[in-house]
Amino acid sequence: MSDLNKLTLAEARDKLRAKDVTSVELTEACLTAIEGSSALNAFVHNTPEIAMEQAKAADARLAAGDAPAMCGLPIGIKDLFCTKGVPSQAASGILEGFKPEYESTVSQNLFDDGAVMLGKLNMDEFAMGSSNETSVYGNAVNPWRRGNDDAELTPGGSSGGSASAVSADLCLAATGTDTGGSIRQPAAFTGITGIKPTYGRCSRWGIVAFASSLDQAGPMTKDVRDAAIMLETMCGHDPKDSTSADLAVPNFEAMLTGDIKGKKIGIPKEYRMDGMPEEIEKLWADGTAMMKDAGAEIVDISLPHTKYALPAYYVIAPAEASSNLARYDGVKYGHRAKLEAGDGITEMYEKTRAEGFGPEVQRRVMIGTYVLSAGFYDAYYNRARRVRALIKKDFDDVFATGVDAILTPATPSAAFGLGEMADADPVQMYLNDVFTVTVNLAGLPGISIPTGLDKQGLPLGLQLIGRPWEEGDLLNCAYALENAAGYVAKPNKWW
Amino acid sequence: MSIDRDTAARVAKLARIKVEEDALPALAEEFNNILGFIEQLNEVDVEGVEPMTSVTPQRLKRRVDEVTQGDMPEAVLKNAPDSREGFFAVPKVVE
Repeated sequence: MSDLNKLTLAEARDKLRAKDVTSVELTEACLTAIEGSSALNAFVHNTPEIAMEQAKAADARLAAGDAPAMCGLPIGIKDLFCTKGVPSQAASGILEGFKPEYESTVSQNLFDDGAVMLGKLNMDEFAMGSSNETSVYGNAVNPWRRGNDDAELTPGGSSGGSASAVSADLCLAATGTDTGGSIRQPAAFTGITGIKPTYGRCSRWGIVAFASSLDQAGPMTKDVRDAAIMLETMCGHDPKDSTSADLAVPNFEAMLTGDIKGKKIGIPKEYRMDGMPEEIEKLWADGTAMMKDAGAEIVDISLPHTKYALPAYYVIAPAEASSNLARYDGVKYGHRAKLEAGDGITEMYEKTRAEGFGPEVQRRVMIGTYVLSAGFYDAYYNRARRVRALIKKDFDDVFATGVDAILTPATPSAAFGLGEMADADPVQMYLNDVFTVTVNLAGLPGISIPTGLDKQGLPLGLQLIGRPWEEGDLLNCAYALENAAGYVAKPNKWW
Repeated sequence: MSIDRDTAARVAKLARIKVEEDALPALAEEFNNILGFIEQLNEVDVEGVEPMTSVTPQRLKRRVDEVTQGDMPEAVLKNAPDSREGFFAVPKVVE
């Protein structure tokens, strides 16, 4: 059978259970696709031996009738996840050569259910970026192009390799992580689905930490059903992460009825930004009409502190990063700078971190250091945490009025060209996350799904934001929107 | 609030990141851009609002204070750039 790598998780699962295909066949198809994909630079550490071993084990489980949903399904793992014995560098030079002695809880959950790891995926260094241009491995490339223009486009970031790989059918699905939009923005840029669950749904244990109060893992998949299937396997309580929620994980896939009659969908007026491209306005209006046609009640809502989400984020995230990244000091793992005669331990720290961290990571660590330093802690850090409380309250107030989900654009534009933002100041790049970052600050679940193409033929996505812990309901709203939008476009293979 | 070259040097020192002298003015300018963006937060009335400590209202779980894992010095040192006799090795820190 050809094109097995193009299957969705659900299709492949059903074929495996029906004995139409084997996991080895699925895995070989993906490994072949990966071999021919070096132009995308999505997979950065390939693990074909592990994949084939896991595929054979999965086939044995399937033959024995023990087949959890993810059993035998080949996926990619973002480089931010620690995978035992396999390079896990967070796309940073400072973790060069690091091979963890342990497995992250999320990847372990996937492997326990029989998932097959094809390799590690490119990303922005320490997940700091919106275009996958800060990676030590070089840029990941979007499989989509502007018509016949061969300019390379960004797959978004930070989970750019994951997005590129799923969009180009190199794997059936991939893990991502999202601190300010790092699952949802790349999903939108590449025409795939990505969900960031409620903070605490997925264990953060073994995921290289960026901003611990914001980081969440989630699946990046070809459609909403796949997101439901993979999310269920990824989440669950973990005593090794004190913020992991001790809540039962529902069968998300069973909640996909497509029936959203009577659901209240909020449209926040503050997300109508000045200078928003007409195409994004139209996409949003079309999505709103689709949900109304599906029987939802559309209500105008206000989230008054939206404007302050990005500035609050750019205090809180760097502050937490400066603390989390203090551990990269050239002592315990990764890179250590060559020292000159007379250099002491301080020189070792300073040289190691200057050589090992890229410019964006250095910038954020230093901003974080500054806002936490004596004399500025109250003015910046505490003020940002107060504003964060107000942003969360905005959502609490809206949900208290009975709103079930909030519909917004996922990104302010379609994918832009690699290098196009090189001369812009960092703040311009930060604006990519303007619609997604509020969700992390409020700890809510958010999903991005593709609903249309722009004039240049590039995918555009809408975001749905749900109530805390109600990913099932959120996925069902997304499923209804997906059905109505009927998005089926795929990139033309040029790589 | 404006960051000058000396402040940029102090922040780099606090962050233990070596920044060459000639790179400091550009760094200070970048800081100023980002901090200018952050200053918008001063427009918000935060009177009486507590700084958020946890995004979910649940209490952190506690566990018994006991060793649950350990006795694996080799695994711990496996990725160290330099280790000797079961310890991480670093340049001399005491005279």
